[in-house]
Order: sequence, then structure tokens, then C-alpha cells
Amino acid sequence: MDQAIIIEKSIFIVVIFAITMLFAMYETLAERKLAAWLQDRIGPNRAGPGGIMQPLADGLKLFSKEEFFPNTPNRFLFIMGPAISMSTALITSAVIPWGDKLHIFGRDVILQATDINIGMLYVFGVLSIGVYGIMIGGWASNNKFSLMGAMRASSQMISYEVAMGLALIALVMMDGSLSLRHIAEGQHGWRWNVLYQPVGFLIFLVCSFAETNRTPFDLAECEAELIGGYHTEYSSMKMGFYLFAEYASMFISSAILAILYFGAYNYPGMDWVAENWSANASSIIGIGVLFIKICFFIFFYMWVRWTIPRFRYDQLMKLGWKMLIPLAIANIVITAVIILLADQA
Amino acid sequence: MSIETISLSGRKKEVSNKKMTFMESLYLVAIAKGLWITLGHLFTRKVTIKYPEETRELSPVYRGQHMLMRDDEGRERCTACGLCALSCPAEAITMKAEERKPDEKHLYREEKYASIYEINMLRCIFCGLCEEACPKQAIYLTKSRVMVKSNSNREDFIFGKEKLVMPLDMAINNTKPQMAN
Repeated sequence: MDQAIIIEKSIFIVVIFAITMLFAMYETLAERKLAAWLQDRIGPNRAGPGGIMQPLADGLKLFSKEEFFPNTPNRFLFIMGPAISMSTALITSAVIPWGDKLHIFGRDVILQATDINIGMLYVFGVLSIGVYGIMIGGWASNNKFSLMGAMRASSQMISYEVAMGLALIALVMMDGSLSLRHIAEGQHGWRWNVLYQPVGFLIFLVCSFAETNRTPFDLAECEAELIGGYHTEYSSMKMGFYLFAEYASMFISSAILAILYFGAYNYPGMDWVAENWSANASSIIGIGVLFIKICFFIFFYMWVRWTIPRFRYDQLMKLGWKMLIPLAIANIVITAVIILLADQA
Repeated sequence: MSIETISLSGRKKEVSNKKMTFMESLYLVAIAKGLWITLGHLFTRKVTIKYPEETRELSPVYRGQHMLMRDDEGRERCTACGLCALSCPAEAITMKAEERKPDEKHLYREEKYASIYEINMLRCIFCGLCEEACPKQAIYLTKSRVMVKSNSNREDFIFGKEKLVMPLDMAINNTKPQMAN
């Protein structure tokens, strides 16, 4: 590989890392603000104008809190728990196409860390590793309630991953590729996948709520009905890492939702912009459009969180195994039949 | 009209256990409705009061911290009669009386005064009965927003005369407009 590509990719990875971190940081503020507004309150407004410095203050507080270790059989694993959660949330962003090609310094810069043709499989592989972060954290806490919380959370994540994968198969069948960039490019103009796969989209949406452990599927961390969860024994920045991982994965899964079903960086009138202005202008607007879509999904995540109450655990499992999985399989069959008929016609 | 059908608020609803239709059992409409309601709250007026910047108006009968008054010559009004302590339902007030010396005429109004006057603020319920009982108009509950400052030491909640008696410069200030007339 020539040196320029290595430098280009390194810079790109650092930028994406920074953006993900920044998003995760400010999602915490957005969450608190939005929760306040939806409940007719004002929300955090002490740190900086309108509370803009609140994430920094939260971080400072978490850093200055007491570092607590339970009498655990394996201290290394206890520290690894949040680290695994955090890293899995971050490395998913490697395959996400953040925009079309940019033409800088006489080179075509692809706005994606790596375009592998098994992008979707990679995302699922990494997501399933995320379960380990929770399971190890719960086990290493040396607390039976934490262990039960971890079991609850991981069984939920695993069962919703099945439906998520099945919902996606229909999409992959339509598109014929597992590469995220190929799927993104396939949705040129108004040809958004959500219009062709509405049921698949709904299943995928519900499952990504469950995957990121967000309400109404946040049984991993309800301290009111069930005692805390896998992170009961965690304190200071280790706890902060678990929360941070949740917000980072929320950003990433919003990005995946936007890319798979909502046209990624494509927008109507893209060709017109590329012809009349320049290709660069078109792809810069595309990046902006993608980020607007991501922000909308983040907003949606929070909006749902402050509207819908939690599921009971048996209801949650019933929804996952008895409703979503059969529905996803039916969706696959119907999609296959339609593709077959379209081919014959 | 039987009592079961009366609805004072007009919002009374019969609870029914009827079987849900297919559309209802999908909950999609109900969820969308719920989301619409919460979205509406984004655009409504905030109902909370931004406390340190904005403060709620006090009621006209609000009673804050006690103050032992001085008269217009700056002398303490209290004669340690003990009626306030007697009227106090929480038994928060204690005092010790002393006789005024001839050279203390500028300090105390009557021949008897309270050498020790203490209110236990952990017991006080700010009912204002001491104020009503006082025949000499010596004790008043002020409009001060501070009732009792927080503290971790229980001894500090017994307020002595140094905290209760009206400061002298305040008494002088109070008499000023009268002198101008």
C-alpha cells in the first residue's frame, strides 16, 4: 500500500474517532435536555451557557470519584468489561461510509475507513462481541445480582440480534451485496430502502433499540424494578465507560439505520448539484445530509425513551422470539417471491 | 341517577376487559399517539420556576426567622415575662430573667430583661404563637427568606440573643424616617 493512502486513512480514522467521541459526549447532554423539555422542565443549564459544558463537568466528576473494586476473583476481567463494551462500540465505525468520494489534492478520498465486501457481517460480528463486555463485567463483579443483570442483558441482546440479522437478509437479497457502501450507493436519489422494506425497517429499528439497551428495552439497567444491572459494582470512569459505550453505540446504530434504510448520504437532486456545481459540493452536502439523518435517529431514540415505558422481561422475550423473528422470516419469504417474480417478468 | 354514574370531573371512564382487535393488539397506533403527545410537550411552556434566578412569591402570612425587637431609642423591648415560652407548642423557647442595673437604662426598656434568651430552631415550627402572645411586641417573625441555615452541628441550632436581637444599626435606621417628620 502506498504511503499516501496510509496517511490518508490514519487522518480519517482519527477524525472519525473524534467525531464519535464528541457525539457520544454531547448525546448525554442532549438526552438530559430533551428529557427535560419533554417533561416541561428546563434541564441542565449551570455549566456554561445553556449547559453546554455539562458533558465536561460530568466527565470531571466521574474522574474524581472513588475508584472502587469489589473483592473480585479476577480484577483484570473486571477492568476489561467496560473496555470491551467501549471498543466494540467504536470499531463498528470502521466500515461505515460517511460520504461519497471527495476530490482533494488530485486524489479521490473515499470517506470510509475500509470498504470491505462483508461490511454487514463485520458489524454483526462486532455487535455480538459487545455481549462479552456486559457478561464479563457482570461476572467479574462477584455479585450474584450483577451476574443476573448481565445474563438478562446478554440474553436480550442475543435474541434480538437474531431478528436483526433476519430483517437484514431481506435487504441484502434485494441489493445483492453485504458491503455498506454498495447498499448506500444503491439508494441513489429517492430510491430509499425504507420504501421497499418497510417491515424490515421496523424490525431492524426495534432490534437496534434492544441492541443498544435503550428504553423500552433497558432492562439491563433499571434500578427501580430490578436491582441495577451488570454495572452495579462499577464506579467512577469504569461506569462512565459503560454509559459512554451506550451513547457511542447509539450514534453508530443511528448511522447504520440511516445508511441501510434512509438513503445514507444520498439526497434528491444529488445529480443536479454534481453537474451544476461540482462533485465535491455534492458529496459535502451528502455528508451533511447523512449527519442530519443520524441526528434525527438519535433524537428518535431519545424521544422513544421518554415516551414508552419499559417492557416486562417475559413480554420482551415474547416480542423478540414470537413476534419479530416470525415476522422477519415472513418478510424474507415475501421479498424472495417478489424478486423471483420480478426476474421472470 | 345512581351514584355510580356521577362523574364530577367529567373524565370518569368505565374499565372494560374487551378483547383487542388486531390493529389494537399491534400497539402501533397507540405508540404513535404516545409519541405525538410527548412531542407536543417540546413546544409547551415550561412550568418550573428557575429557582436561583426567579423566586416564588411568598404568601402574605409567611413567617421567617425570629427577631427580638428594639424600641425607637434602641432599647430591648423584651422583659422576660415568659409568655412566649408558655404559648410555644413546641417548647422551643427558654429564657432567664435579670434585673436592670441603674446604669443599664439605655439598654433595656423595663426593669426586668432577658439575660439569656434562646430558641431551639430544631424544635421551632414557625407557628407565630410567640409573636401573638408577646405583650411588649418584642418578638416578631420576620419576612426573611432564610429560616434556619443548614449546619451539621446540633448545638448551632440553639439561637441565642446574639442571633435573635435586632442589630443596633438596623434599629437606628428604622427610627430615621420618624425623626425626619
